[in-house]
Amino acid sequence: MVDVSRIGSLPAEFLTAGTSSFTEFLRQHSPELLPGNRVPAGADLGGLTPHATTLVATTFVGGVVMAGDRRATMGNMIAQRDIQKVFQADEYSAVGMAGAAGLGLELIRLFQLELEHYEKIEGTVLSLEGKANRLSHMIRGNLGMAMQGLAVVPLFAGYDLGTGSGRIFSYDVTGGRYEEHQFFSVGSGSVFARGALKKLYRDDLTADDAIAVTVQALYDAADDDSATGGPDLQRRIFPIVAVVDDAGYRQRDEQAVAQIVEEVVAGRDVRPDGPVAPLR
Amino acid sequence: MSMQFGYVSPEQIMKDRADYARKGIARGRSVIVIQYAGGILFAAESPSPSLHKISEIYDRIAFAAVGKYNEFEILRQAGVRLADLRGYSYDRVDVSGRALANVYAQTLGTIFTQDPKPYEVELVVAEVGQTTDADQIYRITYDGSVWADSGFSVMGGAAEQVGQYVSEHFTKGASLEGSLRLAVDALGRDTDEPRQLATSSLEVAVLDRERPRRRFRRLTGPVLDSLLARGGSETSPQPDSEGSGD
Repeated sequence: MVDVSRIGSLPAEFLTAGTSSFTEFLRQHSPELLPGNRVPAGADLGGLTPHATTLVATTFVGGVVMAGDRRATMGNMIAQRDIQKVFQADEYSAVGMAGAAGLGLELIRLFQLELEHYEKIEGTVLSLEGKANRLSHMIRGNLGMAMQGLAVVPLFAGYDLGTGSGRIFSYDVTGGRYEEHQFFSVGSGSVFARGALKKLYRDDLTADDAIAVTVQALYDAADDDSATGGPDLQRRIFPIVAVVDDAGYRQRDEQAVAQIVEEVVAGRDVRPDGPVAPLR
Repeated sequence: MSMQFGYVSPEQIMKDRADYARKGIARGRSVIVIQYAGGILFAAESPSPSLHKISEIYDRIAFAAVGKYNEFEILRQAGVRLADLRGYSYDRVDVSGRALANVYAQTLGTIFTQDPKPYEVELVVAEVGQTTDADQIYRITYDGSVWADSGFSVMGGAAEQVGQYVSEHFTKGASLEGSLRLAVDALGRDTDEPRQLATSSLEVAVLDRERPRRRFRRLTGPVLDSLLARGGSETSPQPDSEGSGD
């Protein structure tokens, strides 16, 4: 029975002191809004949403770069040429996702809100580890969907204000969280991208060097994996590149990325397999 | 139901409740919300650097309150939840200060008439728009009344005295420095003898029209000091000098 005199005023869940987690609040108040709470159990949903592909991240001195290609596929079809897979998580971190795109984008939206919500309710920001753990918890909550074919694998990177360095966290579909050192990649083209990262990574990279490394790695991924999109010079579609350092998160503007991409592509005209790493 | 001996008229009950709430609200210090050329400024005298009277709600919306901390804190958190839920269900641009002010009004109105004791709080929900004319400042009182204030809003403590000072010196489209100086001077006028407030006892924030996405920003430490120093020359008694900084 609805108490008519209380219509329009805030329901009790809003006024109860308690959680500073938006996800937990959703679970109590509007569970139907949680990603994955709207589909029947048991069905195979794998073919229903586009698949987002490759993400790479590499640290540099004093920060971290994350980049993603722009392709989403459905089976052998290209579902979207200019999808965005790398996002700002909060002021000092970036998050990207590979896997089921529809669900992944919603998870990222919820994760961004989760961090902002905590910040507003508590008046302070979570530690980088705290944010990484929060994401792990959310991915674990998606395990049921992953088993129905909608796996989402995020990549999280941020600037650690305590140590003054960039850090990278990878995940598996069960919510397992692993800190990666130096560089990492996820998604269908990740094997090829990681090979390139291995050969191109140096300890003394600058931010611009690190961007070039990620663009090279994505090029190699696209070279060998049909689901990863290479730079599209005709349509001017370039990877999305995010830099996080002590000045916070910023997405590199298209002009700057275009210039680096053009240099990389010009280099490939001469040597299609990319730069050569020294033998010894 | 509480036991009532004899008849008490509804007017009397409401009056007693209103007196009770008003007394609680007048006990603390004032909070000033004031428009300036580049957005909306919030200033309060606060004994604690971490127990805030001024907070961010959403991209363009901020919250200020006076009265009992635990009561307005409940409302603040509820506001953040409501705004985040709306923004998540629809889109970020669909979260509006007016809707939030309405919900606060309904909630406070219900609490005032139905709960054992009214909330001893007064709130401001302010939303910064694309232009000064699109800015909105809603003040909601303990009984759920809503006021759409234009230009500035003063509540709590010696609100009348402080408000008087602000209205005498307020000019539309003033600079941030000038408006900050006016707000800080006004906060010190709650007694017959004007007080000088230390920067460390001030809680100041702005909804900055020019910022991307989340417009709310706290002004503390050196930033606040330098703004106050730059606004210093504009405190002269002639109200005309107020807006000269922008």
